[in-house]
Amino acid sequence: MSTPSLEIKELAFAYPDGNQALFGVNLSVQKGERVALLGPNGAGKTTLVMHMNGIHPTSHGSVHVAGQLVDAKDKASLKQIRSKVGIVFQDPDDQLFMPTVGEDIAFGPYNMGKRGAELDAIVDEALQLVGMSEFKDRPPHHLSFGQRRRVAVATVLAMKPEILVLDEPSSNLDPASRRELADILRSLDITMVMVTHDLPYAFELCPRSVILKGGIIVADGSTHEILTNSALLAANRLELPVGFSIQ
Amino acid sequence: MIHSLPSHAKIVAALLFILICVSTPINRWQAFVGYFVVLFITVAAAKIPFTLLFKRALIEIPFIFFALLMPFFGTGERFEVGPLNLYREGLLAGAGIFIKGTLGVITAIILSTSTTAREILRGLERLKLPTLMVQIASFMLRYVNVVNDEMERMKIARESRGFEATGIQHWKVIATAAGALFIRSYERGERVHLAMISRGYDGVLPHDEPPRIPLSTWIRSLTLPISALIISITTLALGF
Repeated sequence: MSTPSLEIKELAFAYPDGNQALFGVNLSVQKGERVALLGPNGAGKTTLVMHMNGIHPTSHGSVHVAGQLVDAKDKASLKQIRSKVGIVFQDPDDQLFMPTVGEDIAFGPYNMGKRGAELDAIVDEALQLVGMSEFKDRPPHHLSFGQRRRVAVATVLAMKPEILVLDEPSSNLDPASRRELADILRSLDITMVMVTHDLPYAFELCPRSVILKGGIIVADGSTHEILTNSALLAANRLELPVGFSIQ
Repeated sequence: MIHSLPSHAKIVAALLFILICVSTPINRWQAFVGYFVVLFITVAAAKIPFTLLFKRALIEIPFIFFALLMPFFGTGERFEVGPLNLYREGLLAGAGIFIKGTLGVITAIILSTSTTAREILRGLERLKLPTLMVQIASFMLRYVNVVNDEMERMKIARESRGFEATGIQHWKVIATAAGALFIRSYERGERVHLAMISRGYDGVLPHDEPPRIPLSTWIRSLTLPISALIISITTLALGF
């Protein structure tokens, strides 16, 4: 088996105020896999995501991205890690901070040392992947929420990450934007971890799901298996929408 | 044509022009006539509608309000204009503020109308303003709408529950809302910072290398201050 894109071992974490969020998480994601990270509010999902690119330093256990150890103390390797792990945050307004869409997409690759024509090519390619090419010179606040979410995905794709991490990608999207984003995500040939409460979305996009609850992984299996196990879902405060059923 | 000039040259031109105007003594009134003439030629060349110019120039009113009062207070020589009893010193000082202020405001309007906010920031960056200041200004530019929308939503939420700000007794509510908005913006700042370091930010925002602009473009950009300088020197030489 090749090196997993993401390998988390015995990861535990407590916030400085003593509140422990993770109690020994083990998770391995192979290259090209699409995994949904499910769990109720306060399960530690965001904390886990923050470990994947070293924003939270690992205090116990280890995180490897494509074989490379995430070490918050080693600034040089951290920069490489952050180019390998692309996190799409929940609120696109937090992610899009530059004056125009094009400049925002250029932000990551610029920090990775890309300049000039190479940088332009990367920006154009990323915009094309999410179908937003004609919005390159627009300021982000002139875009709809769904468009901003797509641009947020592009800002991360521009860094050519090994693994794409999406925090609640379907939140606040209207049905059409939700479907358009799903089409885009499905078309990408990339390892993906999707943090979500939107179980139908997870079912649609991710063959595999894991449930995080109380700081540990309590279930790991095919999304179909997990979403049809109503006892498991109920125990973890997860519910399929009314009227939605999976055969 | 003014719109397409490099922004940093335009900023330099505007500053120089204002500098020349304010350093001309107000009693050399002929020079100020000249300044207004070249300034309005610039307005016309930039194709800025006069109604727009007038509307934007209204920002000056609070400042000239005091200038209008100045002739009525002061010491020294007095003279009468109709029913009014004015002080000569005060009148000159007031006229100075009014005229120089107007010249400055119109110059700023020409700059801001012919240059996008983004371009002005780029220009400041090329003029080697500290990057931290440029970064703060560009974030403000990006988030002013976001924060404004947030404020608007909070206002609607207040009003939906029957609140209407009518007087001083409601200031407490407004102050609390302002505090909440500040905390929210602060937290947003933290999230934005997280998003930035996630994409490899290490203190430098992307910027383009300043394009070399030829001398002829500089001269074209600086037409306004150069003509002002000529006017100033001429009036001085003619001994007005």
